[in-house]
Amino acid sequence: MSDLGDLYQQIILDHNRNPRNFRAVPGANRTAEGSNPLCGDRITLQVRVEGDLIRDIGFQGSGCAISKAAASLMTGAVQGKTIAEADALFRSFHDMLTGGADAPADPKTLGKLAAFAGVRTFPARVKCANLSWHTLHAALENRAEPVTTESPSD
Amino acid sequence: MLDTTTVRADFPILARREHGHRLVYLDNAATTQKPRQVIEAIVAYYSTTNANVHRGAYGLAVAATEAYEEARRTVARFVNAWGAEGVVFTRGTTEAINLVAGSWGRANVKPGDTVVVTAMDHHSNLVPWQILCQEKGATLRMVEITADGRIDLSDYGRALEARPRIVAFPYVSNSLGTVNPAAQLTKLAHAAGAVVVVDGAQSTPHLRVDVQALGCDFYALSGHKMLAPMGSGALIAKPALLDAMPPYHGGGEMIERVWDDHSTWNKIPHKFEGGTPNVEGAVGLAAAIAYLEGLGIDRVAEHEQGLARAAIERLEQIEGVTVYGPKDHRAGVVPFTYGDIHPHDLATILDRDGVCIRAGHHCTQPLMRRLGVPATARASFYVYNDADDIDALVDAVRKAGELFGAVAD
Repeated sequence: MSDLGDLYQQIILDHNRNPRNFRAVPGANRTAEGSNPLCGDRITLQVRVEGDLIRDIGFQGSGCAISKAAASLMTGAVQGKTIAEADALFRSFHDMLTGGADAPADPKTLGKLAAFAGVRTFPARVKCANLSWHTLHAALENRAEPVTTESPSD
Repeated sequence: MLDTTTVRADFPILARREHGHRLVYLDNAATTQKPRQVIEAIVAYYSTTNANVHRGAYGLAVAATEAYEEARRTVARFVNAWGAEGVVFTRGTTEAINLVAGSWGRANVKPGDTVVVTAMDHHSNLVPWQILCQEKGATLRMVEITADGRIDLSDYGRALEARPRIVAFPYVSNSLGTVNPAAQLTKLAHAAGAVVVVDGAQSTPHLRVDVQALGCDFYALSGHKMLAPMGSGALIAKPALLDAMPPYHGGGEMIERVWDDHSTWNKIPHKFEGGTPNVEGAVGLAAAIAYLEGLGIDRVAEHEQGLARAAIERLEQIEGVTVYGPKDHRAGVVPFTYGDIHPHDLATILDRDGVCIRAGHHCTQPLMRRLGVPATARASFYVYNDADDIDALVDAVRKAGELFGAVAD
């Protein structure tokens, strides 16, 4: 049970049960859908970007505890951050998940996201933890596209 | 019930330890494990008999061809096919259905025609028909299911009013375990003038199949779901239909004579077996059939249905567990959810106790939408499963409940 406890830490179970920012975002100017076609996880991410800043972010959809808690904690972690800061966080998070059992999970950089360190010993679940981050990346990449650059708040 | 101690000794993989536990393999609807009799048949084929079939003038090639054709006769006998010439070896059910859609369908379905499928069809008995209908400008009509997971016969009747060209359905649902009244469905479809395609991926391994008694026109099966190697399978067809169909794959073996700009076709079933076939797969499939016949297919059915009934009873005692599918007429497939615990999390937690189940949509997304769930957990049984496996399953499910705390419905 101990390694299951590493995976399903209390903070992850809590965010699964009571996901934060599980809502539509008023005035969102970035949207992306992420799905895990093999297992059916699906999230819709909405972001309001002002200048270089992630002003507001929310997600909706359904998924397993890992993907839901990851989306919940991700939205909390990047809210109010610049896009560059969010990218840097994604890289650290990604490195933690894929770096093997000995990869350092730097609590200073990752904060609460370090709770996902246990996922790396469950290779089948890494994609669940990464889904919302990849979706964020896709949402932010949209910035060059006409549909979002025309947004009044941009 | 089968003597599982003897059966289990035939399956080398069951000696594997998973996270320190006995391997409890309950994902048999996805694929089955292989007994040493099948593994040894493949080794023996490559050790003693391997050559390319149907072309060598030497003794070894004749022996390889004989092994391959003997396997075809074995498959024909096992499902009571119309004849060995009505058995086309394929990579599995998916290829068999694509063959029917790509050959019979393309030649016979016209714009405005209707093709009927059901809401419980596996994607392999849905997507080929979607592609065909899109190409031909035909209508795809999906028959609804009842709340307890059976084909809705009144909606089926309404669908047949369109006088469809093709009616396709699964004999046994891979997601629900429902055993459909295939002979009755076939009779009704024939009365409406349709050609009937039965997905036999989940029925052939688990119950006695007699395609002539079913009366269908095409029947598809997969070897790997019945103890045989992956990449083995067959399309069983009425020879007259097969004979009138255009080829599916062009290449060697399927031709009679080849000219610069055209060719003539080999006899059935070879007309549909372009290229060097999976002889190893056919030989392994024949060995698997011999193994199943040794156990007795009726006893196999009884064994796994007994396990499924016991598992359902035990799981339903856990507060918050919902089991899907009909109360009776079901095979050894047990789909369930547990409160708000996502099936993927269940599968991960069970895996740590060595219990392998499937979690997801089981290649039946339209069905999942109708059940109102994104995914289910699914335990499915076969010849080597026993009461200890059910204990391990139920204990691990309870453990998941404890880990996730009070389960809200």
